Amino acid sequence: MTEMAIQETAAEYPAFPMQRADPLGPPELYAELREREPISRIRMSVTGQEAWLVTRYDHYRELIRDPRVSADMYADNYPRQIPVPLELLRSVPRTIFHLDAPDHTVHRRLLTPEFTYRRIEGMRERTQQIADEYVDRLLEKGGPVDLMAELSLPMPSQAMCELLGIPPADRHIYHEWITLLIGTDTTPEQHAQAEITVVGHLEKLIAQKTEHPEDDLLSRLIARNNEEKLVSDRDVLNLARSLIAGSHETSANMITLSVLALLRNPEQLALLKADPSLDASAADEMLRYFSVSDAGTSRVVLEDIELGDVVLRKGEGVVASILAANHDPEVFTDPGRIDITRSPNNHVAFGTGIHQCIGHLVVKMQLGIVLGTLFRRIPDLRLAIDLDDVKFKNAAIRGVEALPVTW
Amino acid sequence: MRLNADRDRCVGAGACASTVPAVFEQDEEEGLVRLVTDRPESALVGVVRRAVSMCPAQAIRVSSE
Ligand code: HEM
Ligand code: SF4
Repeated sequence: MTEMAIQETAAEYPAFPMQRADPLGPPELYAELREREPISRIRMSVTGQEAWLVTRYDHYRELIRDPRVSADMYADNYPRQIPVPLELLRSVPRTIFHLDAPDHTVHRRLLTPEFTYRRIEGMRERTQQIADEYVDRLLEKGGPVDLMAELSLPMPSQAMCELLGIPPADRHIYHEWITLLIGTDTTPEQHAQAEITVVGHLEKLIAQKTEHPEDDLLSRLIARNNEEKLVSDRDVLNLARSLIAGSHETSANMITLSVLALLRNPEQLALLKADPSLDASAADEMLRYFSVSDAGTSRVVLEDIELGDVVLRKGEGVVASILAANHDPEVFTDPGRIDITRSPNNHVAFGTGIHQCIGHLVVKMQLGIVLGTLFRRIPDLRLAIDLDDVKFKNAAIRGVEALPVTW
Repeated sequence: MRLNADRDRCVGAGACASTVPAVFEQDEEEGLVRLVTDRPESALVGVVRRAVSMCPAQAIRVSSE
């Protein structure tokens, strides 16, 4: 019986992701829930799974830092947003995103030397160069152009490929793969085919770099692992895959959405144009405001956990909403207002706990540079269509399909 | 203020080092936290506390002595 009964109750829970009246702002229901029922029940619209939704910042940090939650996407109740059957997903080994300690620690430690503050700062000059090259090309081309296609997607992708050591001619393979990976209407066949192509390509690349190491992240990763044999060759491949998967759409959408938001907030944009020292805090504020990876910190509960007034039971799924935490008025004054000078700005756009985004310093630097460079070099940049005509994407990572701009 | 950093807990994303480079750094081999000083000067106490609270892995501890 109960199956029907359960399904009926679940059908009454709000569907996740939730509707938004303002396509740039958070779903209106988040604020209401945070007040009324900060830990509530939802239904995942893609899979029909029931889960908890956490909407308060303090609960968010407490839960995501708790070792009694697991990031194992292959657990039955882990809240998923991809329409691919679990059996098929399970045929691909877990990447760093979905491993728990102590396995997670081994993978993470292979990457940490590559993402230190000092190393990332060492990439600043090259990042500025790349940003300038893209803006040069925009200026040569002349408006109107699709900013997504001409800057937001290719620029971070080029930066990541340079870092990893992926040859320019092969970069499109990864682009196509990610688009399918995060699309909500990808068929299982497309998913499987894209996996095969990417894995095949990475295998060849890793073989090459094992033979002939170069000065890039992938070569160093291979060498580091061969010294100590911490993980299998397949795991090295998966780490490379995770870096590409984690960085591609997130960075691209952040650039495009930030441009949109700044164009909608001329007084904030004027501040940014006038003062390059605001680039970094502008990036942080955009990351907080949009929280594009809203359900990025989904978890499944390993042991009963008391959180606020509720007990999350062993085996249940939880979406700890990054977007809701980052709009909690207890922590962020007037959270719906974009304030590029906000300080402090202790947002959790990159999560927290052991899985906190390893690329966060790369993103902050890159986003700050791109926004500052774009608007200072093309001060008349504006939308070439009405805001109402911008199409928002129906995917796990919030974004837009295209952004025609001109100047 | 006295600081203690636990490298076993550290997940090396560099939030501390980017917030207060005068107090926190990461070694080159492992990318994990190291203290530049375990007794930050009093002018830095506020920002150090913020870095401690934002450390995702709760790897930095503060004692008052
Ligand atoms: C706007 C850009 C980005 C956002 C909003 C973002 C967000 C996130 C979030 C929320 C997590 C935590 C997931 C969890 O706790 O389950 C995460 C993890 C991760 N991110 Fe990012 N990310 C971004 C860009 C990048 C970039 C550029 C890279 C690569 C350099 C990257 C690589 C990773 C990796 C490898 C993880 C997994 C870390 C682990 O599990 O230990 N991300 N990211
Ligand atoms: S913020 Fe915490 S986890 Fe990150 S490098 Fe510093 S000590 Fe390590």
